[in-house]
Amino acid sequence: MIVEVGHFALILAFVLSLVQSVVPIWGALRHDQRMMAVAPPVSAMMFLLVGISFAALMMAYVTSDFSVLNVVQNSHSAKPDLFKITGVWGNHEGSLLLWVLILVLFGALVAAFGRNIPPELRATTLGVQGWVTAAFLLFTLVTSNPFIRVSPPPLEGQDLNPILQDIGLAIHPPLLYVGYVGFSITFSFAIAALILGRVDAAWARWVRPWTLLAWLFLTLGIAMGSYWAYYELGWGGYWFWDPVENASFMPWLAGTALLHSAIVMEKRGALKVWTVLLAILTFSLSLLGTFLVRSGVLTSVHAFATDPARGTFILGILVVFIGGSLALYAWRAPLLKQGGLFAPVSREGALVLNNLLLTVAAAAVFVGTLYPLALEAVTGEKISVGPPFFNLTFGPLMIPLLLAMPFGPLLAWKRGDIYAVSQRLYGAFGLTLLATLMVVWFQGPQQILAALGIGAGVWVIAGAVAEILSRARFADVGMSTGFRRLFGLPSSAWGAAFGHIGMGVVMLGIVATEAFQEEKVLTIRPNETVTIGDYELAFGGLVRRTGPNYIDDVGHFDIFKGGVKVAEADPAKRLYTARRMPTTEAGIVTFGLSQVYVSIGEVHADGGADIRLYHKPFVTLIWLGCLVMGFGAVLSLFDRRLRVGAPRPARMRAVPAE
Amino acid sequence: MTRKQRRLTMIAAAGSVLAVAVGLILFALNDRIVFFQSPSDIVAGGLPDGQRIRLGGLVAEGSVQRGENAQVRFSVTDTVETVDVVYVGLLPDLFREGQGVVTEGVLTPDGIFRADNVLAKHDENYMPKEVADALKGKGVWQGEQ
Repeated sequence: MIVEVGHFALILAFVLSLVQSVVPIWGALRHDQRMMAVAPPVSAMMFLLVGISFAALMMAYVTSDFSVLNVVQNSHSAKPDLFKITGVWGNHEGSLLLWVLILVLFGALVAAFGRNIPPELRATTLGVQGWVTAAFLLFTLVTSNPFIRVSPPPLEGQDLNPILQDIGLAIHPPLLYVGYVGFSITFSFAIAALILGRVDAAWARWVRPWTLLAWLFLTLGIAMGSYWAYYELGWGGYWFWDPVENASFMPWLAGTALLHSAIVMEKRGALKVWTVLLAILTFSLSLLGTFLVRSGVLTSVHAFATDPARGTFILGILVVFIGGSLALYAWRAPLLKQGGLFAPVSREGALVLNNLLLTVAAAAVFVGTLYPLALEAVTGEKISVGPPFFNLTFGPLMIPLLLAMPFGPLLAWKRGDIYAVSQRLYGAFGLTLLATLMVVWFQGPQQILAALGIGAGVWVIAGAVAEILSRARFADVGMSTGFRRLFGLPSSAWGAAFGHIGMGVVMLGIVATEAFQEEKVLTIRPNETVTIGDYELAFGGLVRRTGPNYIDDVGHFDIFKGGVKVAEADPAKRLYTARRMPTTEAGIVTFGLSQVYVSIGEVHADGGADIRLYHKPFVTLIWLGCLVMGFGAVLSLFDRRLRVGAPRPARMRAVPAE
Repeated sequence: MTRKQRRLTMIAAAGSVLAVAVGLILFALNDRIVFFQSPSDIVAGGLPDGQRIRLGGLVAEGSVQRGENAQVRFSVTDTVETVDVVYVGLLPDLFREGQGVVTEGVLTPDGIFRADNVLAKHDENYMPKEVADALKGKGVWQGEQ
């Protein structure tokens, strides 16, 4: 019964999305208040209906209702409750429902908090959001319905793919989806601006918080996915340039560019046409990501779908939305008036450089990701494009970006003075030089590349700190006023600084791990020890343990440093009994910012085991840096100017003072 | 600077970044990609020495020999031809005899494939796509097991 309610709610939501697609936009074009007023309540209603539908599916999972095909295929009554819930989105149909849920959630948020947006723009935006919703609801209902019953119901389910039974997976897809789908709002705003033929600085101010929100979640989602792959797959890698990873990385690059170009548009009224295009491209890349991941053209842990009808349907959605929006752009963009002249050396110029490098980098990732698919489709030849390709193409594009990063925020709008800015960066440059020389001193001249990489990270961090300090003008105004100025800075200034610092921290983590990590692969027997980095690991042998739906062969390691026991690690080979599927549970111990990583391979008859052992110095900086970037985005979101519901100055004046 | 000069500066900057990127991409596509081969392709020969390739097929039944310090020898077959593979390292969880596998590495002059990377599917119901296609090409595809 509950399942049918969910199914019915989903169909109702689809019908409403059709209404939403037509009525508000028509109303906006005819300036009909009543038709435009349809959009907010319908948005709220769609969110409610899809919410009911999602709750119904979750109910079926929690109660292990094996009369539902989706539950049979992806759940098991012995599965821990947490994974029964997260299993809802651990499969194609359920994850798609989550996608749609977030889509309508964003629509409802715009309806609820967008009261200050001009009514035409809001109605049209929600209408465009209605198109996307309708397309994806139709896709769900026609090709990927999670509510299909099976008769007679089997006694037991087939369990969830074990490597997905993990807390990381519980968090990773929702974060990533909020990011992907969040860009749909920016897209809808852009399309609405094109339909209405009007885009101005205020438009950028309404769009920026949504972009920031989406970017924040996408950043966290990618970081979470990276950490999940690191500890769950047992290979000790944090980024593989796998097409599925690239699928989420391309919208991130484009979204980062969008975040920056929207600043120019808001402050200076320039780059309008470009910003609108970026908004379209960012969501197009999100759609492409969904297509790559969900259509089954890629084989990976994410490729649940193997039904060709699904691939064709998503491809259809992709073609209609990307093609349609670009055609609309070509037709309407010339109407948007350009404004705000600036010299090449200026804040605007720096942000253009940022956009240029980020979009070209996204294009390089795009080519590397899609070239093998295109080549196979055309010639039938099979190739793989891996890290060597991306290191050679993506890497060099990041170098000028990192080098230019500290200059950008210090340059003045319109016309900047590069010499004056360089003077303010003397301190940062000194620190960079010091860090580089220290790495060369301690690690030897053969590590010159690593030293330069560390230097680049320090440069970005010190540059961001120098920027925020120079805004406080300690030298001119003295200590106490300086501090007051420092804490009086708008939170978006702090946000930008933390965003840049986070990037520098990620850079430090990547370089340190790549250059200084140690790896050993060996067979170890009980009571033997092995040394890695400054640590000695003593193997205590294997023990069998039984979990709720798996059996573990746990290897016990005592970790010593300088003869003193400092930690223990318990890596395991795990066998999930329902699917007879083995997984590797790595043993990871964190020392400060570094980690020791042990994973077990083949177990020998004499009690020995093949192990892979890593010492990864400063590896945690990679994910901590992402958190710092996310923190920057949160700070920016709290900026009064950008706050979604912030009243307009006119309205503030209208409120009488008491 | 006049408006025209500004615009030209912008276009020149954008053009040079694009040119560098296109150059890098073309070079990398020429140099840094890895072709997929089946055991029959390898036995047929014609591979330049030392070229990295991906070899895919089924792990031959009874061919896996494990040595000390995680050294493994096994054979990859497409049921027509078979190539011996040597690998040092931990095998993926789903590596087993009779299952599809993709290995990446270099063919040594004595005809043994030295792999530095072995991939098996995350999901045991699933065959690596390249392997499935190669087996279909040999007419020995059994369908989804």
